[in-house]
Amino acid sequence: MTAVLPDQLGHFGRFGGRFLPEALIAPLDELTTAWQQAMADKTFTDEFERMLREYAGTPSLLYDATRLSDIVGARVLLKREDLNHTGAHKIRNVLGQALLTKRMGKTRVIAETGAGQHGVATATACAYLDLECVVYMGEVDTERQALNVARMKLLGAEVIPVKTGSRTLKDAINEALRDWVASVDNTHYLLGTAAGGHPFPAMVRDFVRGIGDEARAQSLELLGRLPDAAVACVGGGSNAIGLFAAFVPDTEVKLYGIEAGGDGYETGRHAATITAGQVGVLHGARSYLLQDEDGQTIESHSISAGLDYPGVGPEHAWLAETGRATYRPVTDAAAMESLRLLARTEGIIPAIESAHAIAGTLEIAKELGPEATILVCLSGRGDKDMDTAGEWFGLIDGTGKA
Amino acid sequence: MSDVSTELGNAGTAIRKANDEGRAALVGYLPAGYPTVDGGVDAIKAMVDGGVDVLEIGLPYSDPVMDGVTIQRAAEIALAGGLRIRDVLGTVEKVAAYADLPVLVMTYWNPIERYGVDRFAVDLAAAGGAGLITPDLIPDEGAEWIAAADKNELDKVFLVSPSSTDARIGLTTASCRGFVYATAVMGVTGARDQASDLAAPLVARTKAATGLPVGVGLGVSNADQAADVAAYADAVIVGSAFVKALNAGGPAGVRSLTESLAEGVRRERSTPVAR
Repeated sequence: MTAVLPDQLGHFGRFGGRFLPEALIAPLDELTTAWQQAMADKTFTDEFERMLREYAGTPSLLYDATRLSDIVGARVLLKREDLNHTGAHKIRNVLGQALLTKRMGKTRVIAETGAGQHGVATATACAYLDLECVVYMGEVDTERQALNVARMKLLGAEVIPVKTGSRTLKDAINEALRDWVASVDNTHYLLGTAAGGHPFPAMVRDFVRGIGDEARAQSLELLGRLPDAAVACVGGGSNAIGLFAAFVPDTEVKLYGIEAGGDGYETGRHAATITAGQVGVLHGARSYLLQDEDGQTIESHSISAGLDYPGVGPEHAWLAETGRATYRPVTDAAAMESLRLLARTEGIIPAIESAHAIAGTLEIAKELGPEATILVCLSGRGDKDMDTAGEWFGLIDGTGKA
Repeated sequence: MSDVSTELGNAGTAIRKANDEGRAALVGYLPAGYPTVDGGVDAIKAMVDGGVDVLEIGLPYSDPVMDGVTIQRAAEIALAGGLRIRDVLGTVEKVAAYADLPVLVMTYWNPIERYGVDRFAVDLAAAGGAGLITPDLIPDEGAEWIAAADKNELDKVFLVSPSSTDARIGLTTASCRGFVYATAVMGVTGARDQASDLAAPLVARTKAATGLPVGVGLGVSNADQAADVAAYADAVIVGSAFVKALNAGGPAGVRSLTESLAEGVRRERSTPVAR
């Protein structure tokens, strides 16, 4: 199934497009052409599918979470992306883009990372496909996430701490873009989410849409029908768009994106970009973003590093504006409660990102009623979050022992 | 190019005046609000006193992807000091009142969109500003700005790059008013030791597409480099070097660098520059 959107210049309605230096426009045109030709070439798509199957471990399971369902008050199906190689849906995107990098004859890959998950996934794909890998990471994050820095280095990547701006994810993206302007001849920028200038939002969506395509087929097999709703967390929005893409034409399936409400939306300390509802331009596309009166980007706040980004992919902005999908925030506290709930009821420790989707599902189930079946993207596993969880729940004592 | 005098606008007219003297124009950049709002005004006035032909006032932005570390740091300090867009417009107003030369604002797109494109165009014109240089707005996405600029007779300076195809250079130059900004290298702002071998061919390709003046920026920091670029370009654009001069020597340092660069663009050209 091919989506009608975006248009040729990458617009989803009034969102998307390209707001980037002219120097990158011709390279983005080349990338667009290379990607479209690759997706029409069975050699490429077969190899991508083989890698996903034999290396990443897809299709991921669709799991009927009966004990969780009892508590939620509706039937919950979990799309187990946490079981993929490297522990999240992100492996789909990085394998797709890394394979495309090889096809374009480029030898070097750069990436941004917040907490390090996309950096680790990119380093993994580059090791697997023998590509040079450089990861930009805010200096603040390199200090908070030393273990992921070690993982990337072990996988052969170079990690460059970014010391400008807020020294976090958005500044890592800025620095990767600065590298790319100077290196685009031999370098691909492997963007980690369905945001950025065209073709990134559409390209990343198409590389991760296996989440929803698989889940749709698995739902039909399990239920004999489609679920009533599909739910995913939204930071930049790649796992959500990967889940939603298959269901957008199925208008009977309600779509819910769960944003990071941080300390509570009303406190102003959150990452609920769509809920905040201000349109603007950041990192190459028009979408919703957190900004002040002068259009300066405001720093986001979330306990989940993967959702802690002041922008969101433009297709989500379009799905929100058209009403096809609904976006709502859940707080740090609600997400952490849901993390523990899933651990205790199903023996699954989710990523804090994915725990937001569970928390949202608890609310949505009340609205849809006990007969509803809700498909939830369990986008990643929680191993990476054990320090945060241990601290939150008081599981680690002053000597750092559990 | 139906009406060349209109397309030349404010900055193009000033550049052609310099070209008529057999030299390239000097375009100088400093961010507003750096190190303070008043200090920034003084520094920009020092460029005027030193002999700059066209001014670019930077609008500091939280996510400047086209800028190297020198201008990034200046923007961070300006914003940390509480700089607002109204302060940028105030800087334009003070400088325009001080100097009889075009004052452009160089800005990333989101602050303008947030302020309101029409409203900004009106307020910029009222402050005596000459137009905008927009490093992350391509004409393909610029319809609203193009309409607002045309209505208020403001310059629209878009960028061309060594990677631009001839088709894109044609599209971009057709949308410019004032001059065309040619980026000399594939990279971000900042001083470079090596002259770019990409700039001269880009200028030639751009001149094949337009009668507008072509300015070359990125990496020019001293009189010798300015003289090299002046041999083939209509205007020489200098930014980061002025920030460094301000950091090292205050407004006096800025004035001294301006005088040196102004000498550079006046060195005798071996061959006349084609229009």
